[in-house]
Amino acid sequence: MAAHRCGLSLVFILILSSLACPSSCDALEKANENTGEKQSVSDTPREVNTDGSIAAEDLNERQWQSTDVEADRSDGTKDSESFTAAARDQFQEELVIRPLHSGDIYASFQFRTLWDTDFLQERQKVSHYRLFPKSLGQVLSKFSVRELHISFTQGFWRTMQWGQPFIPSPPGAELWVWFHDTVSDVDGNWKELTNVLSGIFCASLNFIDLTNTVQPSASFKPLGLGNATDHRFLRYATLPREIVCTENLTPWKKLLPCGSKAGLSVLLKSEKLFHSSFHSQAVHIRPVCQDEQCTSKAWELRQTLNVVFDLYTSGQGKKEWSLFKMFSRTLTEACPLATSSKVYVDITDNPEGELFELSPATPLLSQAVVLGDRRTYSVFDLTRAEMFGQLRSLNLLLRWKGDSGDMLRPLLHAERYVAGFGLQTGEIHTVIYNNHPYRAFPVLLMDSVPWYLQLYIHTLTVTSKSRDNKPSYIHYQPAKDRHRPHLLEMLIQLPPHSMTEVTVQFERALLKWTEYTPDPNHGFYVGSSVVSALVPSMVAMNTNFTQDQPLFSSFVPVKEESSYFVRVYTEPLLVNLPTPDFSMPYNVICLTCTVVAVGYGSFYNLLTRTFQVDEPSLPLAKRLANLIRRIRGVPLLA
Amino acid sequence: MAAPLTLLLIVAVTIRAVLFRSSLAELISERVEVVSPLNAWKRVVEGLALLDLGVSPYSGDVFHETPLMIYLFHFTVDYAEIVFMVSPYFVDCLSCLLASLDRAKIAIGSNNLKSDLLFNFPGCLRHIISFSTCGLNNAIIALFIFCTLKGSALLSGILLALATYQSIYPLTLFAPALLFFLQRLYIPVNLRRSSFWCFTLQYAFIYVGSLVVITGLSFFLLGSWDFIPSVYGFIFSVPDLTPNIGLFWYFFAEMFEHFRLFFICVFQINVFFYTIPLSIKLKEHPVFLIFMQIAIISIFKSYPTVGDVALYMAFLPAWSHLYRFLRNIFLVSCVLLACSALFPVLWHLWIYAGSANSNFYYAITLLFNFGQILLVSDYFYAYLRREHHLTHGLYLKKKDGTEATLVLK
Repeated sequence: MAAHRCGLSLVFILILSSLACPSSCDALEKANENTGEKQSVSDTPREVNTDGSIAAEDLNERQWQSTDVEADRSDGTKDSESFTAAARDQFQEELVIRPLHSGDIYASFQFRTLWDTDFLQERQKVSHYRLFPKSLGQVLSKFSVRELHISFTQGFWRTMQWGQPFIPSPPGAELWVWFHDTVSDVDGNWKELTNVLSGIFCASLNFIDLTNTVQPSASFKPLGLGNATDHRFLRYATLPREIVCTENLTPWKKLLPCGSKAGLSVLLKSEKLFHSSFHSQAVHIRPVCQDEQCTSKAWELRQTLNVVFDLYTSGQGKKEWSLFKMFSRTLTEACPLATSSKVYVDITDNPEGELFELSPATPLLSQAVVLGDRRTYSVFDLTRAEMFGQLRSLNLLLRWKGDSGDMLRPLLHAERYVAGFGLQTGEIHTVIYNNHPYRAFPVLLMDSVPWYLQLYIHTLTVTSKSRDNKPSYIHYQPAKDRHRPHLLEMLIQLPPHSMTEVTVQFERALLKWTEYTPDPNHGFYVGSSVVSALVPSMVAMNTNFTQDQPLFSSFVPVKEESSYFVRVYTEPLLVNLPTPDFSMPYNVICLTCTVVAVGYGSFYNLLTRTFQVDEPSLPLAKRLANLIRRIRGVPLLA
Repeated sequence: MAAPLTLLLIVAVTIRAVLFRSSLAELISERVEVVSPLNAWKRVVEGLALLDLGVSPYSGDVFHETPLMIYLFHFTVDYAEIVFMVSPYFVDCLSCLLASLDRAKIAIGSNNLKSDLLFNFPGCLRHIISFSTCGLNNAIIALFIFCTLKGSALLSGILLALATYQSIYPLTLFAPALLFFLQRLYIPVNLRRSSFWCFTLQYAFIYVGSLVVITGLSFFLLGSWDFIPSVYGFIFSVPDLTPNIGLFWYFFAEMFEHFRLFFICVFQINVFFYTIPLSIKLKEHPVFLIFMQIAIISIFKSYPTVGDVALYMAFLPAWSHLYRFLRNIFLVSCVLLACSALFPVLWHLWIYAGSANSNFYYAITLLFNFGQILLVSDYFYAYLRREHHLTHGLYLKKKDGTEATLVLK
C-alpha cells in the first residue's frame, strides 16, 4: 500500500515538474531527437562517401537543419524571450584519439557549452541557467570575470616524444583570469575568486596569494572577444606542487550538462584516468561570437580533459588498444543535450591502413588544420544510432600492424634545469629549440620565480649558436620579500634550426622556520616557464570562423594564415633551500640571549663599578673578639 | 719614520693589487662572512642593471644601498676596482694616525701599522679584497675620525651625517665626537653653561643640516622616498635572514612569529643603548669612546661583516699601552683566530657537503660574537684600570704595606 502511494506521489511530482519547466531539458531533448532522426534519414544515402569535404558539407547541413527546427519550435510555441535564449544555448562534445609515435595513446576530450547571455551589461542579473553550470555563472558575474582559464595537470607533457598537445598546460594547477576593466580592487577580487574556485574544484587554489601571482605584460592575451591589453586586470598564478586526483575530477564532471551519466563523459572513470602517464583537466571560460558576423555574443565554457595512456608497456608489448581497454567502458549513446557528439581518430599516418587497423570502420573522414599541420581523422558521429551497431555499444579497436615511423620534431620545444651545486647560489638554464629548417621566429619567454630565489638580472645571458642574442623586449619586475615573486618576460628571436639558452643566476634565501613546507628537504617548486610563440605554419591556417570546425582546432583564434599560436611549458624546477634546525627554537633563543646578556652584563659591570683596593675582611674569630673588646672598651685588634 | 712607512704602504699596495687580480678575489667576494645583503658588490651591479632596465632599484628586494651610492657607482663603475683598492687605506692611515696621536709613541707608529696588518690578518685580508661597499662605509667613518681628531667640526659633522646616511648606526658616534670637540675647545661638560649648549647646538646643526641635505639630495636624484623603507627599514626590521657572522639571522629564523617585533626592538635598542652610560663613564676619553661605540655597533648590528670587525680592530694598535692590563687576551685571540678558520669550514660542511647543519655555523657565530664581546670588555676593563693606576700609582699597597689587589666594586 505504501509503495503504491509512493508511486502515485512520484507521478504527481513528475507531472508538476514537467508543467513547471516546460522550456528546459526535456524540450531540448525532444528537439535533439527530432534532428537526430531527420538527419539520420537524410544522411543514409551519403554514407558511401569517404571524401572529407562532403562530410563537412554534411555537417553543415545538419547544423542548419537543427537550427531550423529550433526556429520552427520557437515560432510555434509563442513563448517568452527566455525560451529563445534557451534554445540558443548549445552543448557539443568531442573526443580525439591520437596514436602517438612513442606507442602511447593520446585521448583528448572537449566539452563546449555556449551560454547565450549579454555579459557586457555587467549589472544585469542573470538568474536563468540551462546548460551552463550555475556555480560558474555566479562566479563570473560576482567577480566581474572576463575570461577564466584553469587547469589541473598530473604529469609532464613530453613535447619531444608526443608532439604538441591541443591545449597545453603546466604540471600542477594553473589559473589565469582577465577581469573586466571596471573592477577597482582587482587583488581583492582575485583573492576571493581563488578561494571560491578552490571550493568548486576541491583544489588548494586558496594557496594562491600575492606571493605567487604575477601580471604578465605580454604572454597571456585574452583568447576571447575584446582586445583588453591593460595587464593590470590580468592575474596569473601556478601551483606546481598541486596533486591532481579523483576529488578534482568529480566536481569537474559535475559541470557537464549530462554529468557522467551519458555521452562521452561515461568514459571518465577515475581509476583508469589516473593510471596514466599524463592527465590534465581544464576549464576555459571566455566570451565568444555566436555566429560569423558576431551579431550576438555568448559565454563559452570549454571543459577539456587530456590523457596519455601508456598501453604499450602495460599491454605486454602488444600495441593494441580499444576504448574498453583504456577507459573500461564503451560508448552507448551521445549526451541527449548535445547538438554534436563525435569521436575523432587521427589516421594521418595511416592513409592506406598499412600501419594499423581501425574497427569498426567508418566511412566518414574529416580534415582539419591543427597546429600548423593538416590532419585526417576518422569521424564517429554518436548522434547517429547506427554507429552503435547491434550490440548497442561502440568500442573502437585499433590493432597495430607495423612499427610507426619517426615523428617529425616539433618546431618549438623548450626545457629547463637548475645548474650549480651547494645551497648558496645556482643558475636557471632555459633551453629553447627552434627546429624549423629555415625560418626564424620570435618567442615570448615568461618566468615567474618565487621571492626566496633572488634573481640577479645582470647575470642574464641569452645565447644562440654560441653568440649573444640580445632580447628585443625585457619586462622585469623584481620580487619583494614575502610579497610578490619575480616576473621576467623576454621577447627572443630564435634563429632557424638553433638552440637558444637563457641563463640567470640566483641566490637562495634562508627562510623563517615557519615558512618552510612540512617536508623542507624535498625542496621548493618553481613553476614552469611559459614559451609563447607564433610558429610559421607548413600549411595555410584556416582563419575563417565556422560553426562546424572540430572543437580541438578552434580553441585558439587564428589571426593569420601563415602562422599558428603555440604555448610550450617547461618542466617545473625543484630547488633545495638551506634549512635551519626546526627542533631547537628554544635553544637558539636561549643561547643567543645568553651571549647578548654576557655583553650586557660585562658592560654593566664596568660601567657601574669603580676600582678599589681589595681590603680582605677579618676572620670571624677576630671579628667576634673585636665585638667583645668594643663592649669592654679595650682597643680593637687589627 | 717616513721612509719605512712609505715602504710599508708600497708593499701593502702591491699585495692588494696582486690579490685583486688573483682568482682569490672572486672566491672571497661571495662569502657570507665578507658580504652582507646590505653591501654586496653583486647587488650594487644588480641595482645598476635595474636602473638601466628602467626599473627602480628599490622596487625589488635585492638592492639596499643608498641612492647616492648607486649614482656614485653609476659613473664610476668602471673604476670600481680602484675605489675598492683605495678605500681600505683610510682605515690603515687612521690606525697609523691614532698610533701617532701619542707623541711619545711616534717612533713605534710604523710598528703598530705592521702589527695591525698582522693582528687582524685573516679578517682584514678578506675584507680588503671583498669587493663590498663596506670598505667605503669604513672609509667614511675613518675620514670622520680623522677630521674629528684634526679638530674640524664642520667636516666631521658632514662626514658623520654621511656615515649615518649610509648605515644609520654611526648615529651613536655623535656623542663621542661632540665630547672630543668640547674637550679640545676646553668647554666643560656642564648643562648649565651656555657655552656648552652653544657649541652642542652648533655641532648638532651641522650634523642634522647635512643629513637633511643628503637625504633631500637623494630624494631629488631618485624622485621618490622608496629608498627609506628599502634601506633603513631593511636594516631595522631584518627581513633577510641570509647567514652572516652576526647574532640576528638564526635568532630571527627560529623566532616565534608573535615575539618577533619585541625581540627586534630589544636587539636594535641594544646598539644604541650603551651610548649614554658609556658617554658618562668615558666623557674624559672621547677617542676610546669612539672605539667602544664602533665595536658595539659591529657586534650588535643587524648585518655585520668582517669589514666592520676590521674597522674597530684597526684601533687596537693605538691601545698597545693597555696590553699589560688585559686579562684574557690569549684566550680571546685564540677564539677569534679559531673562529676565522672555522667559519669557512663549517659553511662548507653545511651548504656544500651537506654533512653538517645550520647549528654548526650558528655555533661558530655565537662563539665569534662571544669572543668579540670578551675582547671589547677586556679592553674597556684595561682602559679603566690604567686610568686608576694613572691616579693611584702602578704599585698599590694595602694599609699594612703589603701588595694590594684591585677589584671592581
